[in-house]
Amino acid sequence: MTTANQTAIERYRNNFLREVEANVEEGHMVKMCMQCGVCAGSCPLGPAWQHSPQKIFMMIRAGKRDEVLGSDSMFMCTSCYNCMVRCPRQLPITHIMHGLANYAHRLGLAPKGQPTRDFATLFWNNLIKKGRVNELTLTLRHYFRGGLVAGIKEALSMQSIGLGLLLAKRLNPMEIFGGHGVKDLKGFHAIIAKAKEIEDRKKGFSA
Amino acid sequence: MADNKYAAYICSGCGIGDAMKVGQLENIAKKEGKMAIVKSHPFLCNAEGVQTIKDDIANEAVTHVCIAACSRRAKTEAFQFDGVAVSRANLREGVLWVVAAGKDHDEVRQEMAADYIRMGCAELKKMTQPAGNRKEGSSKRILVVGGGMSGMTAALEIAAAGYEAVIVEKTGALGGMAAQLWKRQPFKEPYSAAQEVGVGETAAKIAANPLIKVHLNSTIAETSGAPGRFLIKIAQESGAVSEESVGAIVQATGFTPYDVAKLPKLGGGQPNVVDQAGLEALAKTANGGAIKRADGKEVKSVVFVQCAGQRDETGTHLSYCSGHCCGTSIKQATYFKDQNPEIDTVVMYQDLRMPGMGEDFYRSAQERGVIFTKGKASKVSGGDSCAVTFKDLILDEENTIAADLVVLATGQVPNAGVDLEAWNPVVTAAEGGDEAAKVQRDAMRTTSVLKLNYRQGPDVPQFKHGFADSHFICFPYETRRTGIYAAGPVRRPMDILQATDDATGAALKAIQAVENAALGRAAHPRSGDLSFPKARLEGCTQCKRCTVECPFGAIDEDEKRFPVFNEERCRRCGTCMGACPVRVISFENYSCDTVGSQVKAVEIPDEDEEKPRVLVLACENDAYPALDMAGLARLNYSAFVRIIPVRCLGSVNTIWITDALNAGYDGVMMMGCKKGDEYQCHFVKGSELAHYRMSKIGDTLKQLGLEPERVQTQEVAITDNTRVVKLINDYVAELDKLGPSPMKGFG
Repeated sequence: MTTANQTAIERYRNNFLREVEANVEEGHMVKMCMQCGVCAGSCPLGPAWQHSPQKIFMMIRAGKRDEVLGSDSMFMCTSCYNCMVRCPRQLPITHIMHGLANYAHRLGLAPKGQPTRDFATLFWNNLIKKGRVNELTLTLRHYFRGGLVAGIKEALSMQSIGLGLLLAKRLNPMEIFGGHGVKDLKGFHAIIAKAKEIEDRKKGFSA
Repeated sequence: MADNKYAAYICSGCGIGDAMKVGQLENIAKKEGKMAIVKSHPFLCNAEGVQTIKDDIANEAVTHVCIAACSRRAKTEAFQFDGVAVSRANLREGVLWVVAAGKDHDEVRQEMAADYIRMGCAELKKMTQPAGNRKEGSSKRILVVGGGMSGMTAALEIAAAGYEAVIVEKTGALGGMAAQLWKRQPFKEPYSAAQEVGVGETAAKIAANPLIKVHLNSTIAETSGAPGRFLIKIAQESGAVSEESVGAIVQATGFTPYDVAKLPKLGGGQPNVVDQAGLEALAKTANGGAIKRADGKEVKSVVFVQCAGQRDETGTHLSYCSGHCCGTSIKQATYFKDQNPEIDTVVMYQDLRMPGMGEDFYRSAQERGVIFTKGKASKVSGGDSCAVTFKDLILDEENTIAADLVVLATGQVPNAGVDLEAWNPVVTAAEGGDEAAKVQRDAMRTTSVLKLNYRQGPDVPQFKHGFADSHFICFPYETRRTGIYAAGPVRRPMDILQATDDATGAALKAIQAVENAALGRAAHPRSGDLSFPKARLEGCTQCKRCTVECPFGAIDEDEKRFPVFNEERCRRCGTCMGACPVRVISFENYSCDTVGSQVKAVEIPDEDEEKPRVLVLACENDAYPALDMAGLARLNYSAFVRIIPVRCLGSVNTIWITDALNAGYDGVMMMGCKKGDEYQCHFVKGSELAHYRMSKIGDTLKQLGLEPERVQTQEVAITDNTRVVKLINDYVAELDKLGPSPMKGFG
């Protein structure tokens, strides 16, 4: 028997489902899906997804680990909660999608260059630095993610909004020099480090 | 009673008196209807009105009463007098409420009412009050054929109601298919784990019940007689024959699993591929421990292939869904998961159906980690490691799963005995002297369950897919043999829970049947009817149409091929009466004459009056109520129609049609129930036979020089109150275009 076939017939075992149950937020609910397809039909971004939640659940049960964890579908979720409200089996679909995205990201299997994933990383790193989001640096980093020329073009196209914010005192140009942080920055960093430690331990990523 | 005395009572209540000239109607009843007493009353159905009639019956020796008031379906209790024949002229629903209001319509309304009075009087003269068919020595015992879950439940329910039950079971023990199960699907809260089947307890209850007698290792050698007087010969395995007399029969002969050997592509017959019954056997052997295959290896992975040989669109296998198999497979998956959660269990389904509280059980199996895969298996290879090739219907791709064991969910095949559609041509050939057919007939007879000695064949007629014929909504337990009720999977595919409900229903119907038979009354749908067919055999031509066409096999034949009526088997539909070409069959209160005289009683206006007359023969079960409801809704239809209710369209004798056309009616419309595979006919075949007969009436019309449009047959449901109005009005308009009947003035 060839290796490819071997993987194929290893499918539809409980292994990957068990992995998801153990490591993904609300992963234990995946097995309760009854494949009605209401989530797939309810998703406002449905056509933009490579795999609908219904298919993702089926793929998990079919043991398609690489396909699921390499999929960009979970990153397409906008947290509108339509699927979750409508699911007749009351699966927390939105939470599971985010859980899967997070798990794939941490394993380093999530697709590279996925815009939602990139922006989330940018946002997190920006936030962690001072305990507050520095809107100016976040925006600029986002604009210049594709290089100098693309960044200047995008900044120019948004200039009227930028000026408006400046006049309304909603944007402080001085923030570009580091900006202000939370009062107890040290304490904040300690909290985050502890939280990460707990989460890592829970999800089996410790050290 | 020596002399008949006829009386007519006209009610002027409900607005009848305001819209019609009641005095004129009274004159018609007196002069044309030749009624000895004619009275009108402003409120005939109240105590005083009814008392008037009762006084006349008591003091004036009135024997026949025509009530000209509301529909015969209304006020039935008020207008019922012991030993007195009653006809009804429908002035309210049939005239007042359906003819357009206002002076413009006074003339046609009055003519319509007058005709209904004439018809009521004419019918009355041909009627006698049924005396009933009270026979001595009616048995109230009930035979239960089959000792499975349905049969045992039926017997216990019969005994619980105080009646005696006799069970005939072909094997050596009670329990049937249920006894072969390890556990059954949960039927009690919280519906989350398979439960004990309880066959032992049920069988013990039967053994302890003095009202239940059990014949094990026995089959039926012959069933003769009729409800109230069935005589059953029971053959034991040893060859001994005993006799039981019973009043009714519950057939609970269950099902056989579809043969897996017919499914070689799905691994049928290969090692480690079993059907659901095979898995139950493995589970029983395991007795709660690890389930092992036939070769002794412990099962670590199992795939359940649903709809194996079922819902087949190619026509090779069962075309229907057996209903229980999704639940059964889920139950069997829990056998594995409850013993060891590490065992991989995959249920491969196309559409999962878990009726009732099954949804809870489905969810509990998911919680246990049973994997549900929506896919269609195309190939199963058995062996040490089985492989199931299938199309995943969600991911839209071909795939393969390996498993130690594959379970095929095959369907239920009913044990309904001989298929009469196949039986009848063989018998005809055998009677014609064909030796091969004689051998075949005898071989077929051995496969019969009931071995009825009825002229129409040895078992109950089958409907779709070999299940006993019954109407799944209106009369689920009624077979087409009166006094024989089907329960359980012989009637339609079902699980244990449904089968026990079914058995209870059938047991109650059987009790009704023995009670009705003892009183000489009809069973459903004319329950309580005391009339039954009588034949003037001296006029009979032995054409056998009545014995062949009776939907209930009530009529046998004697050696000279004369019909032998078994009144207890009769449902009083009158199909024999409609079939009889020489019109020798009649009921005391319903005959060729009671309807024929009504047809002739209608006054047919001359051609130049431009008032067509259309005869409507409406089935009393659905069409006539629909017409009444049209009246109730005050929908207007043409005042040119004259409606006569009939017991069933099957009872319509073509003489009525030819009489009507000869008399100068412009058209005849028949309204009956839906026929065919989705039939709604209360007598199953009546409507179909009527349609067939009417399709042949073209020649008669040609002889009369009439257009075929002058006779029309329509299928009507009880909910069609707006449609019947449209049918009538459209037909009257069509006849108007056709012009008046050329027969006018000759009648």
